[in-house]
Amino acid sequence: MDFRLTPAQQALKEEFEAFFQEEAQRAPEGWIGGMFGIFESEANWAYHRSVADRLSKKGWLSLPWPKKYGGQEHSYIEQLIFNEVRGYYRVPGVDLWGPQIVAPSILEHGSEELKQEWLPRIANAEINWCQGWSEPNSGSDLASLMTRAVEDGDDFVINGQKIWTTGGHKADHIFFLARTDPSVPKHKGITYFVSPIKEGVTVRPLLFMHGKHEYNEVFFDNFRVPKTNVVGKVNQGWYVTMAGINFERSMIGTVSELQRDLEDLVDLCKRTQRNGRSLYEDPLIRQKMAQLDTELEATRQWAYYVAWVQSKKQSAAPEASAAKYFSSEMTVRFANTALEILGLYGPLKEGSKWASLHGKFEDLCQASLGGTVAGGTTEIQKNIIAWMGLKLPR
Amino acid sequence: MDLDFTEEQEALKKTARDFMKKDFPNTLVRELEEDPTGFRAEIWGKIAEMGWLSVIIPEEYEGIGGSLMDLVVLFEEMGRACFIAPFFSTVICTLPIVSAGSEAQKKEILPKISNGELVLSLALTEPSATYEAAGISTSAVADQEDYVINGTKLFIHDAQVAHYFLCATRTRMDGPPEEGITLFLVDAKSPGIKITPLLTISDDKQNEVVFEKVRVPKKNMLGPLNQGFPLIQHLLKHAMMAKCAEMVGAADWTIENCTAYAKERVQYGSLIGSYGIIQHYLAEMWTEIGIAKRFTYYAAWRLDQGLPCDKEVSMAKAFVSEVYRRWTRMGVQIFGGIGTTREHDMGLYYRRARQAALLFGDPDTLREKVAQEMGR
Repeated sequence: MDFRLTPAQQALKEEFEAFFQEEAQRAPEGWIGGMFGIFESEANWAYHRSVADRLSKKGWLSLPWPKKYGGQEHSYIEQLIFNEVRGYYRVPGVDLWGPQIVAPSILEHGSEELKQEWLPRIANAEINWCQGWSEPNSGSDLASLMTRAVEDGDDFVINGQKIWTTGGHKADHIFFLARTDPSVPKHKGITYFVSPIKEGVTVRPLLFMHGKHEYNEVFFDNFRVPKTNVVGKVNQGWYVTMAGINFERSMIGTVSELQRDLEDLVDLCKRTQRNGRSLYEDPLIRQKMAQLDTELEATRQWAYYVAWVQSKKQSAAPEASAAKYFSSEMTVRFANTALEILGLYGPLKEGSKWASLHGKFEDLCQASLGGTVAGGTTEIQKNIIAWMGLKLPR
Repeated sequence: MDLDFTEEQEALKKTARDFMKKDFPNTLVRELEEDPTGFRAEIWGKIAEMGWLSVIIPEEYEGIGGSLMDLVVLFEEMGRACFIAPFFSTVICTLPIVSAGSEAQKKEILPKISNGELVLSLALTEPSATYEAAGISTSAVADQEDYVINGTKLFIHDAQVAHYFLCATRTRMDGPPEEGITLFLVDAKSPGIKITPLLTISDDKQNEVVFEKVRVPKKNMLGPLNQGFPLIQHLLKHAMMAKCAEMVGAADWTIENCTAYAKERVQYGSLIGSYGIIQHYLAEMWTEIGIAKRFTYYAAWRLDQGLPCDKEVSMAKAFVSEVYRRWTRMGVQIFGGIGTTREHDMGLYYRRARQAALLFGDPDTLREKVAQEMGR
């Protein structure tokens, strides 16, 4: 076994580090990172967009793609390193969906025309995506979705409603699932579309628990999408959704961002005196901090392992599900433990006098709850492990 | 990067698994649990023959010159099979001989360890029940050509069959506690040694070993006078990783057998493995055990490579211990009534988990060490 990066990987990592260290300097006032921070203000969004442009010029939005479509043909390990470094410096600039969900789906299932049309635009950060999968009555049971797509000449006409559409208010494009054949079993009548957001689409805010605007509802009202915008075959959309999601589940960026948060927390504990000693000297707090660090390292090692298996082109669906649920649950534990460590200062929000670390953990102990639900709940991931990994009866 | 075992290690794993299946059946585990020696000469002979005792002994002393990762492979299989033999004790005591023994000591002792002639036992802990230097009060005082050892060692594994003790003694009373520790190889037949067996939750052959005016020739000092504690720390790190490997191997047995049982046990007309609650327990078990394993390999690799690893080793031991304890407890629950019996194997692992978590540093103590490293 050898956990060392190759010299080329190490060099690339250093290049990433130099880049993101510099980009981190340009963060707007009050920026605390997190996956959804980019949607929360105009300044944050502008920061995200400007980093995205620079990343596209570096070719770093398409690290694992074939060269033919503007990619770098790196392995999952390089992609993992990129995500890890970016997370640590809390720098945005990567569309939540384009490079890691939409592009792999198009690469695996899209027609040559689709590839030629869409992949360069994703690599160039021209598109701000949102995801139209979940519906009010189709959460974990995604395949029960009701949004209809009906053929009409060269188009499909879409009617229905999507929900939990993160960043829908900033997006200019949507990739979504709609039912094209209601007469067959639910998994077999779904089609995968990509489209600009245009006439026929209404986006309405749905505020998260902490009052921030991340989610939206999206309504389709005779929204017309050309047939050429179908990814894969009509009625085969369910299978297209499977591409890409496993890698996304390794969640390494979250781990490295939490590593950074933990460093900040330890520093703060050293500086904060309570009852005649620093918080860092309190044995109970030391136990908690060590546990956080231990769980982070555990999660990191697992993410590397999952990427390693995937880089050998082996399937790792249960492993990826394990990474997704464990890391998102760990994030919730982390945020709540950090809040406890800070005591009464913990719940103070950013902007209030005396807030600790810009209210990072006040925010995270709420925001992290999205992670255990979105992209397949913890329970769905455990089902996948039980059924696919352990071959238990369905 | 290469996160797989080498081909040789895969082959070793297979050999070990086959050996355990054929030569170390469950019936023998039960027999040796009850047997106060915990020792079978024919098993010991076979593992010596297979070279397992020589893995970390350099080739010039009739060893194989292997790595810690090779040992990890073996300890995983031993943990899985609930292997009972003084192998762990002998191997961890071999480490300081290899790293700090004199040429004469190495020449005399290592080949005999290698061929199975010698069993070693670590006489480190005392009634203070800590792995810190301050906990060592057994004294060694120079007297002509000898040192004279007095004190009580406690929780000493495999003393009942040892030929030599690796004994940690205090040779200087003043100054920092870690700068007054000296190691000795003590012939177990020396007059003044009294061994009293202890009964434990895991039947793992612990003893009280009282040293009363035990004379040890000066040439049996291992490593430098008063500077033995760094050797102990080095040994402990390896012991922690070996214990982690044992634990994850045993945890593998747990997930495999719990899953198999969930596929055969029927209640309310359905396999219990078809119920969501059992599926989710097993999914969590599989996940955490998988993570524990990768953590073990990572920390062991760092130690093997000589990289800084105090934090990683402590983290791994704390994490793996908690995982092993948690899921052997849930394993008993999945097996239900039969899981609580002496006759069922699940209890073997449950009992071992309670013991293993505390050896060479319990999770709370290790987290404190992690916190110290975090502040650097």
